Amino acid sequence: MSDSEEFVPQPAEIVSTPGADVYMPNTTISGTAVPPNTPAEIELSGAVQVSERQQARRENWRLIRRRPAFIVGVFIVLVWTVCAVLGDRITPHSPLDFRVAGNGQHLSPRASYPFGTDEQGRDVLSRVMAGARDVLKVAPLAALLGVFFGVILGMVMGYFGRWIDNVLGRIVEAFLALPVILLALLAVSTLGHSPTVVIGVVAALFTPVVARTVRSAVLAERDLDYVTSAKLRGESSAFVMFREILPNVSGPIIVELTVRIGYAVFTVATLSFLGAGPQPPSPDWGAQVSEGFRNISADIWWTTFFPAAAIASLVIAANLIADSVQSVLEAS
Amino acid sequence: MGRYVLRRLASAVVTLWVLATIVFLMVNVIPGNVGRSVLGPFALKEDVARYNHQIGTDRPLISQYFTSIRRVFTLDFGDSYKSQSAVTKIIFPALFRSGKLALLAFIITIPISIAAGIFAARRQDKVTDRVVVNAGLATSSIPDFVTAAVLMSFFCVHWKLGHVFADPPSGTSVVGQLPYLLTPALALVVAYFGYIARMSRAGVINGLQADYARTATMKGLSKGAVMRKHILRNALAPTITVISVQIGYLFGGIVGVEKVFNYHGLGSTMLSAVTSHDIPVLQGAVLLVGIIYMVSTLLADVFIAFLNPRVRLETSR
Repeated sequence: MSDSEEFVPQPAEIVSTPGADVYMPNTTISGTAVPPNTPAEIELSGAVQVSERQQARRENWRLIRRRPAFIVGVFIVLVWTVCAVLGDRITPHSPLDFRVAGNGQHLSPRASYPFGTDEQGRDVLSRVMAGARDVLKVAPLAALLGVFFGVILGMVMGYFGRWIDNVLGRIVEAFLALPVILLALLAVSTLGHSPTVVIGVVAALFTPVVARTVRSAVLAERDLDYVTSAKLRGESSAFVMFREILPNVSGPIIVELTVRIGYAVFTVATLSFLGAGPQPPSPDWGAQVSEGFRNISADIWWTTFFPAAAIASLVIAANLIADSVQSVLEAS
Repeated sequence: MGRYVLRRLASAVVTLWVLATIVFLMVNVIPGNVGRSVLGPFALKEDVARYNHQIGTDRPLISQYFTSIRRVFTLDFGDSYKSQSAVTKIIFPALFRSGKLALLAFIITIPISIAAGIFAARRQDKVTDRVVVNAGLATSSIPDFVTAAVLMSFFCVHWKLGHVFADPPSGTSVVGQLPYLLTPALALVVAYFGYIARMSRAGVINGLQADYARTATMKGLSKGAVMRKHILRNALAPTITVISVQIGYLFGGIVGVEKVFNYHGLGSTMLSAVTSHDIPVLQGAVLLVGIIYMVSTLLADVFIAFLNPRVRLETSR
């Protein structure tokens, strides 16, 4: 029995399935000669191969950089990164000081406070800028860890196959049966919601998703001649997996990483909105929305809208980058 | 067909068992004193011990594990720590309320997104297609609660078109409940439109390029007839799979939407269970969502196998 049919797509996967990618205009790569090699992340010894791989990699990178979606995405991410790194050194007011506005009241957006002030008179613009820090500390790290463990798990499943794949495949499938948010809620309710726990939980929940992608990529490579000859040379399984196969599946892994970063922002922001993240008075975006929407029935929309829009902009930016990387790498 | 359904059912049961084991491990990963955390730090030692005995948390872990697995398959999730009533009495009414919201959302999403997918596919790579694809990509990547909060700010508060609280007063008729549920349902529509639209678009594009579509066109069928009789039927299968998966995943996004709109469905029930450390309720609700996912994907697979004999023959080999 091949259990690949048992796997059902999930939202995360849809972004990265080739089937869903048909909408990509082929015009982007037409006319430019792309070498048929997959880009490699790991240096190889053969001089000819290195130059071919590097050439392919450079060509892909050039194509990615030229996509408008990529440029817009990187620009938005850079803006938020600057805000996150510099924090209250560049905010117009203090993100935490009460009564910046003088009388400690809600002020609607105006020239002196473009995003208005919140119920405690804090400047919303400053809080939104400073709030980038929490999500940008947690989300990329969670995505990176999730991809790291997912690659190892997927490699093992795809390479060894047989009962190992069957048993691990069952576990992966069970994880995929539940929305990440629900499992994360369950985990933080027993483990607490410090940044470390949130990073660990999100990474652990991303691992099965990444593993499934890597597994199917490895399955396509496993029976090729270079793998067989490496095995005949008597190389260890670890060597074959990570020095021989890994460079050839780096494309899907890079795509998966960019896609995962977007989902990590999504998940971390949702968790902190639900209360499983930085607590007030932290200017974290999710926490701000959660604080702000309590006053919304009095038509005080700005305390909710601006942090919400900030989350949306970062998630969309991450997806624009992921989408550009994906369409170039999958076309090559 | 019968053999295919049986195989698929058996595999769902195994997955459910693994899922229940994962959830059990997650809940018990930290050895805690349930009686102490429920009764508080000032309760007498004897009371805590009696409480632990009463709810069975003093039994060996392995026996608790068997109880927890049995509960999944009998749909009896034990008693709530907080209210002492059966978990099922708490989560089933909540599920019913969330179900109403989800049903309304799907009734709106499915026709719109399939139509948008077909529309975009027929104009592949033209401006309208890019707009549909990118709008779908953007809206489905925004967290559900963000969409809900933004919709609420403008629809319900600023323009006063909807209700801020989605809970209709008790005794409201089904039609009377619609205006209350519409805005939160719209938030879910925005979130799930993109996935379904992209899937149906990809399916139709595959169909348009397939040999059978060319043959049908060459034998003189009109464009519309080729679409209706040949392409849509084939494009439907992946779309149905996506919809069935979304039914399960919807319960992740609905948590945020219910919190924004103060709607007392399964999502809010889980949130308050998190705050009050009411593990049985949380565990029961999570497993219930897992069961819903299993059932909906199972039904979708059976339906697809029914539509397409190739599927059931391939997997029963």
